[in-house]
Amino acid sequence: MNGRIQIAGEGLRKEYNRRSVFRDVSFSASSGETLLITGRNGSGKSTLVKIICGVLTPGGGTFTLTPGPHDGPRDRRGLIGLVSPYLQMFEEFSAVENLAIAMGIRGLPFDPARADALLERVAIFPRRHDPVRTYSSGMKQRVKYAFALMHSPPVLVLDEPMSNLDGEGIAIVRTVMADQRRGGILVVATNDLSDIDTYERRVDLNERA
Amino acid sequence: MSARRSSSRAFLRSAGSVFLKDWRSELRTRYAVSALLMFVVTTISIILFSLGSEGASPDALSGMLWVVVFFAAMSGLSRTFVMEEERGTTLTLQLLASPGAVFFGKLLFNLVLVTGLNAVTVVLYAAFINGFVIRTMSIFAVTVILGSMGFAAAATVIAAIIARANTKGTLYPVLSFPIVLPLLLSVIEATRKASEGAFFGEAAGEFQLLISYTVVVVVASAMLFEFIWKD
Repeated sequence: MNGRIQIAGEGLRKEYNRRSVFRDVSFSASSGETLLITGRNGSGKSTLVKIICGVLTPGGGTFTLTPGPHDGPRDRRGLIGLVSPYLQMFEEFSAVENLAIAMGIRGLPFDPARADALLERVAIFPRRHDPVRTYSSGMKQRVKYAFALMHSPPVLVLDEPMSNLDGEGIAIVRTVMADQRRGGILVVATNDLSDIDTYERRVDLNERA
Repeated sequence: MSARRSSSRAFLRSAGSVFLKDWRSELRTRYAVSALLMFVVTTISIILFSLGSEGASPDALSGMLWVVVFFAAMSGLSRTFVMEEERGTTLTLQLLASPGAVFFGKLLFNLVLVTGLNAVTVVLYAAFINGFVIRTMSIFAVTVILGSMGFAAAATVIAAIIARANTKGTLYPVLSFPIVLPLLLSVIEATRKASEGAFFGEAAGEFQLLISYTVVVVVASAMLFEFIWKD
């Protein structure tokens, strides 16, 4: 991974059209730790995920990622990988092309061998040159994992990580999560509480509405 | 110093990759090119049928050329952001690139598109519209180049604004018209001078305005884009 890293939210809140989604949300996690975000539908799990990924500005409070955006050559976008149902691939391109495009837009060199290894890992390798629009929803979800892992992010954020996946896909995701737990930070937003005891840190947004 | 250089290089690579992604996507889907070409052909045909065998004054013909360009640009240039919104890839781009890299990548794409559009429009317009004669080609060529740059700059930032709105199609030309009005007036006037055979220096005022317009729109857009792009 990329050395010790820490994420911390302090007094975060978000409103949409004056309607409060959540308020006073605080949490922290360091390398090797996992953070679970739970809450009923509409409690703001995805909103909090977007704030962590830096694509949404909180209404108040602060979110910090240490080392910060200007402490190294890679900014915050380069430190986070996201998988979520609302993240879409560029569907007119193949899985390999999507990974190459992503690395190019990140301003990083593209390593075809790593792309092949990741697509092999998520069991998309035989279809890697087909346009993503021809994939099933479960295959698209698998490509998102390769997409999120391509730049070896120290923080992996998974919003409903098992959605659309079959048994084989779920097993793949479990190994991805286990690997991330070893050296990086794993953030999972879900209503599936079956593994709740395996998370070191938790945020329950039902208590923050 | 070297960190700054490396950061600038990453920015340029990122903006270039956004452009290449859009370019390759356009080559595969031809969404924008098809819309633009159909619009140009249809509009020039209507003008041709309206005028019939009667000609129009050089002033009117110069104005009509840019009416075709304006509405054709409005029909196609918004695609660059609207497509991302419709396909749900806005978030993907937000995760990958800084707002500045997205803006300059999209600006470059729109610049290439509008320059190609203007070239096709001018050729078709000159070939089919009787009485449209350019006597000072240098003025006309500079006008088309500067006009393309101005259109691309304005169209890119307006497209980013309307991509989030529900009434994208109608909002785009309505919002664009007051913003591109100074540009339209300048290119129409410079085209009139080109058709009347004026000396190159006589269009200097229009050229200065077009350059200033493009610089102001690009700088203001680059500064404001993050607020449009995020949230």
